[in-house]
Amino acid sequence: MRVNCTINGKDMEADDVWEGESLLYLLRDRMGLPGSKNACEQGECGSCTVYLDGIPACACLVAAGQVEGREIRTVEGLADGDKLDPMQEAFVECGAVQCGFCTPGLVVQAHDLIERVPDPSDAEIRESLAGNLCRCTGYEKILDAVRLAATRKAEAK
Amino acid sequence: MEFLRPQTWGDALAAKADDVDVVPIQGGTDVMVEMNFDLHRPGALLDLNPITELTEWEQLPDGTLRVGAGVPYVRIIAELGDTLPGIAQASRTVGSPQIRNRGTVGGNLGGASPAGDLHAPLLAAGATVEVESAEGGVRMIPATEFYLGVKRNSCRPDELIRAFHVAPAAGPQYFSKIGTRNAMVIAVCSFSIALFPQEGRVGTGLGSAAPTPRRAYDAENYLAAELEWDGALDPRVSEEFGRLVSAAASPIDDVRGTADYRKHALSVMARRTLGWAWRDLTAARKVA
Ligand SMILES: Cc1cc2nc3c(=O)[nH]c(=O)nc-3n(C[C@H](O)[C@H](O)[C@H](O)COP(=O)(O)OP(=O)(O)OC[C@H]3O[C@@H](n4cnc5c(N)ncnc54)[C@H](O)[C@@H]3O)c2cc1C
Ligand code: FES
Ligand code: FES
Repeated sequence: MRVNCTINGKDMEADDVWEGESLLYLLRDRMGLPGSKNACEQGECGSCTVYLDGIPACACLVAAGQVEGREIRTVEGLADGDKLDPMQEAFVECGAVQCGFCTPGLVVQAHDLIERVPDPSDAEIRESLAGNLCRCTGYEKILDAVRLAATRKAEAK
Repeated sequence: MEFLRPQTWGDALAAKADDVDVVPIQGGTDVMVEMNFDLHRPGALLDLNPITELTEWEQLPDGTLRVGAGVPYVRIIAELGDTLPGIAQASRTVGSPQIRNRGTVGGNLGGASPAGDLHAPLLAAGATVEVESAEGGVRMIPATEFYLGVKRNSCRPDELIRAFHVAPAAGPQYFSKIGTRNAMVIAVCSFSIALFPQEGRVGTGLGSAAPTPRRAYDAENYLAAELEWDGALDPRVSEEFGRLVSAAASPIDDVRGTADYRKHALSVMARRTLGWAWRDLTAARKVA
């Protein structure tokens, strides 16, 4: 089947999409957007998190056909050209990236958190990232990064 | 395989009536796991997302809430937390934010897993499931008759779940779940209580404690008879309530817990949730 949708602000079209295919496959293998990572394909790790019509979702659990006419924003779409999003910058600065596999999903999920909750408590950060697994960092630096990005965002206003 | 995108409820019912091997998909949080792991290859996926009426809820003239099968958990929590506290609490414990953004009560009912978290509070609150087929029209199925067996519900092959109906809470409601960690776990077992002080009635629901979610009728009747609604909560009554709840379960031993542990945990959750509910009732009395 054919799927038309908007990805990171551009109208995209994919042909010969298999009906049982996931949005994650569509993004990585058809659209050449390998930012969203494929780790578990069962919603457990969050490394495939993308915005679907502005709401974070596990791309591995959305059927490609379900995004017809809808808007997707991936981690690639957060940066403005070469200028990283403040959340991406904070992850780099705080050392919240080690192997980096979990990073794209965490960045999207944390990006959404501070859009909705500008000054999140530690409990709110932990709850919002509960669906994103990281095998390397021990999470402390990820928490630092989210706090830093939230502070910078508040200052920028 | 086909991918069907009906734009109206009528078209969706027609597609479902056409072929029994059509699998409806809403959030996809159950269906896509099966697809990704090659567990099930249906003839077609029937995407219900375009049907926006499924993502709406309304209050009917008689006061009952009618909540569309496609309302995701995140909206139940945000929009119905005050009127359906037990259902909202259970919604809050499902998966992770990403899962709650997409997963729906309709999908939980469709899957009918004994471990589905919404079943216990739907039973306790006395909910009814609205299902429909092109040929048979609308059927209203009380939650108590909805669950038939492990992952089996009473929908006929041509029927789709349209909504659930439930009265706004008439008293305190609580949901409690035991898991091995705080987030992202399938319940070892779960329990939900609803008090109806005006009617002197009690509702309960047990999850992951039998082949189907179920109510603990003896416990409900006992508690309704023994509670001094205007008085204090007798610890012996609460103890016996816990015992009767646990007696209503017929759990299994599995990797997540033993049957004995589940029975014990249910009695503890029953006592605790009753305690929380009673604290709310007492507080409400003081204000009144
Ligand atoms: C990582 C992860 C964690 C999870 N954690 C929990 C948890 O803590 N608690 C819990 O209860 N569940 C949990 N789940 C399971 C799942 O998220 C829930 O069961 C959810 O409610 C399913 O809703 P959905 O809209 O995504 O369903 P879908 O996957 O779209 O559908 C589920 C089933 O219902 C059928 N169906 C859907 N809509 C209809 C309809 N309108 N009429 C008839 N049949 C229909 C489908 O055909 C399918 O069989 C988890 C899942 C994942 C992947
Ligand atoms: S790959 Fe989607 S949640 Fe793990
Ligand atoms: S940095 Fe390696 S998994 Fe998180």
